[in-house]
Amino acid sequence: MSKDIFVVVEQRDGVVQKVSMELIGESVKLAGDLGENVVAVLLGHNIKDKAQLLIEYGASKVLVVDEPVLEHYTTEPYVKAVDYIVRKYEPNIVLFGASSIGRDMAPRIAGRLHTGLTADCTRLDIKVSNYQEYLLTKTSMENNPDKVNSLDTSDTFLKMTRPAFGGNVMATIVCRNYKPQMATVRPGVMEMPVRNKDAKGEIEMVDTGVSMADMNVEILEVLPKKEKAVDITEAKILVSGGRGVGGPEGYDPLRALAKELGGEVSSSRIGVDNGWIEKDRQVGQTGKTVRPQLYLACGISGAIQHQAGMEGSEFIIAINKDPLCPMMQLADLGIQGDLKKIVPKLTEAVIKYKQGLAVDK
Amino acid sequence: MKILVCIKQVPDTAEVKLDPKTGRLIREGVPSIINHDDKAGIEAALKLRDEVGGTVTVVTMGPPQADVALREALAMGCDDAYLLSAREFGGSDTYATATIIATALKKIGFDVVITGRQAIDGDTAQVGPQIAEQLGVPQVSYCEELKVDGDYMIVRRQFEDQSHLLKVKTPCLITCLAELNEPRYMSVYGIVDAYKKDVTVWGFNDLKDNLNPDWIGLQGSPTNVFLSFGKKQKDAGTVLENLSEDEAVQAIMDKLIERHLI
Ligand SMILES: Cc1cc2nc3c(=O)[nH]c(=O)nc-3n(C[C@H](O)[C@H](O)[C@H](O)COP(=O)(O)OP(=O)(O)OC[C@H]3O[C@@H](n4cnc5c(N)ncnc54)[C@H](O)[C@@H]3O)c2cc1C
Ligand SMILES: Cc1cc2nc3c(=O)[nH]c(=O)nc-3n(C[C@H](O)[C@H](O)[C@H](O)COP(=O)(O)OP(=O)(O)OC[C@H]3O[C@@H](n4cnc5c(N)ncnc54)[C@H](O)[C@@H]3O)c2cc1C
Repeated sequence: MSKDIFVVVEQRDGVVQKVSMELIGESVKLAGDLGENVVAVLLGHNIKDKAQLLIEYGASKVLVVDEPVLEHYTTEPYVKAVDYIVRKYEPNIVLFGASSIGRDMAPRIAGRLHTGLTADCTRLDIKVSNYQEYLLTKTSMENNPDKVNSLDTSDTFLKMTRPAFGGNVMATIVCRNYKPQMATVRPGVMEMPVRNKDAKGEIEMVDTGVSMADMNVEILEVLPKKEKAVDITEAKILVSGGRGVGGPEGYDPLRALAKELGGEVSSSRIGVDNGWIEKDRQVGQTGKTVRPQLYLACGISGAIQHQAGMEGSEFIIAINKDPLCPMMQLADLGIQGDLKKIVPKLTEAVIKYKQGLAVDK
Repeated sequence: MKILVCIKQVPDTAEVKLDPKTGRLIREGVPSIINHDDKAGIEAALKLRDEVGGTVTVVTMGPPQADVALREALAMGCDDAYLLSAREFGGSDTYATATIIATALKKIGFDVVITGRQAIDGDTAQVGPQIAEQLGVPQVSYCEELKVDGDYMIVRRQFEDQSHLLKVKTPCLITCLAELNEPRYMSVYGIVDAYKKDVTVWGFNDLKDNLNPDWIGLQGSPTNVFLSFGKKQKDAGTVLENLSEDEAVQAIMDKLIERHLI
């Protein structure tokens, strides 16, 4: 009997990536609906000491595979190790981060196991009632309540929802006839769970039999990206600029505002394609998915590919000359006007407000 | 060197619209194109051929109309083309798609297989790695640089925060990014030539000796689309027009304070 939800943890240079905690958090909810457990699978070299962290984020058990060949990610050794674990423990569900590592490894594992894989999910459901509520409140299915209400509520398969066609369509995928049910899940989409430092759980070392002999590529060189990568997905506030900022120096006032607000600067693809700003600050379908508490869109029209990366933001403010552009329609607050005039004044107002607070104290 | 390139004909998703009422895609009038990453794959293959000699073969699985995509690839300079088309193949998920394509690739024979990283319609990025798995060859995905070194390929593989330079022995499969290169245009001779060449069409019977019919098509696919829909039209927020700059700043400040953002 297949049982439990396995999360294949992603570590790079020994650092566990945020998406793995997000997946553990989500799995705890799903496992609750199923009456099953959450097991984290940690692969790497000299990484056993990271297992406790995964327990503190909600895993009840951690399977650790510690081998020199797993120090840097390469496809075959990782695929072989996970394949071994899935065959041995027979989980019900296996989840991966939809990162460049997860999307390289997961399809191959699904292929080797002969099971299905759903790509780049942004929502997972077990309970049909949760799924129905989502369909009726967040999707075009609100126009089709009869169909939604007629869904079989005893269905306990994993319903994996993902965008396709460049974000124009959402599809829910199921895998009913093969086990395990597998998915990659987009980073930054699931909520980060709260860490509980007192949590206890089981840690088991697993010998999967992978060794240097499984390495079928040779790593000649590992090149880090030049400057320390900022992670815009971590920022609580994003001040984001698009073509409307006008040039590379157009981001300077946005940086000043972001600094005062304790946030980061991000961009539409236009800013990146024009070489005005670094690629790792791009929001959207081919950039990053962000959900900050505030997304301040300055001179961004709000193309669907851009929205795909930011529509989950808690609060959206847009400053744009064109009151009818999609971003202004999407925004909770749209301000028609010239960002070049408004942004510097806004920064001044923020500074003044903060000074006022300081004096009051 | 025998190079196979897998290409997919896709609707130009930048022009796809959704019917807000039914949540269905409006595909009428939307042009079909060669998937961006795959076009970069064709270019990479042609460059390799220019460098070390050999042939470039394009392969697509799709309806008869996908012939157009193959002709375009031939016009860019590819040597020959295969269209895998059969009723039995319809509705395949990525596992089933990879199974069919891999069976054909084995029959054709290859040193290197090149695919795109991701098709802009299905958007899964799974077919490349799954073909490699079925072929039992190593894969390098997210290729942003590519060279030949004897029986080896030297590939720069992109990650979010770093890149790896990898050496991989042929036969192997590489998935490449649109950023890899600037695909060449079709040449006039190429276009004339493209319609003189034959596109080999293979149906189910041409592959059936090595293809389990229970593992392909809609019925044989491990995953199924349960429901597909559009996003809800978001409730309108407030749009304030014709404010003075000070009023605009005040309106934003009010929200920042109200929501404890400063
Ligand atoms: C396959 C594919 C993937 C893509 N992926 C992404 C992606 O990941 N991320 C992304 O962002 N895009 C992506 N795009 C591109 C996307 O379609 C748009 O072209 C892009 O988002 C537009 O960027 P923009 O809003 O900055 O520019 P524009 O659409 O040109 O908008 C500029 C806006 O600035 C306003 N403006 C100009 N001057 C001022 C001023 N002084 N004050 C206030 N407002 C001003 C204008 O009114 C306009 O609304 C993708 C496209 C494709 C085909
Ligand atoms: C809305 C929707 C959602 C879907 N979600 C999933 C899912 O989560 N999991 C799943 O298994 N299936 C899914 N499918 C089915 C999937 O889209 C098809 O199997 C499709 O044929 C291949 O997937 P892709 O377009 O994502 O290709 P990708 O895997 O993104 O393509 C990568 C590369 O593989 C090559 N390639 C892909 N297809 C072909 C082809 N037909 N001929 C030649 N080369 C090709 C190309 O080089 C391409 O660049 C979904 C389908 C729809 C309509």
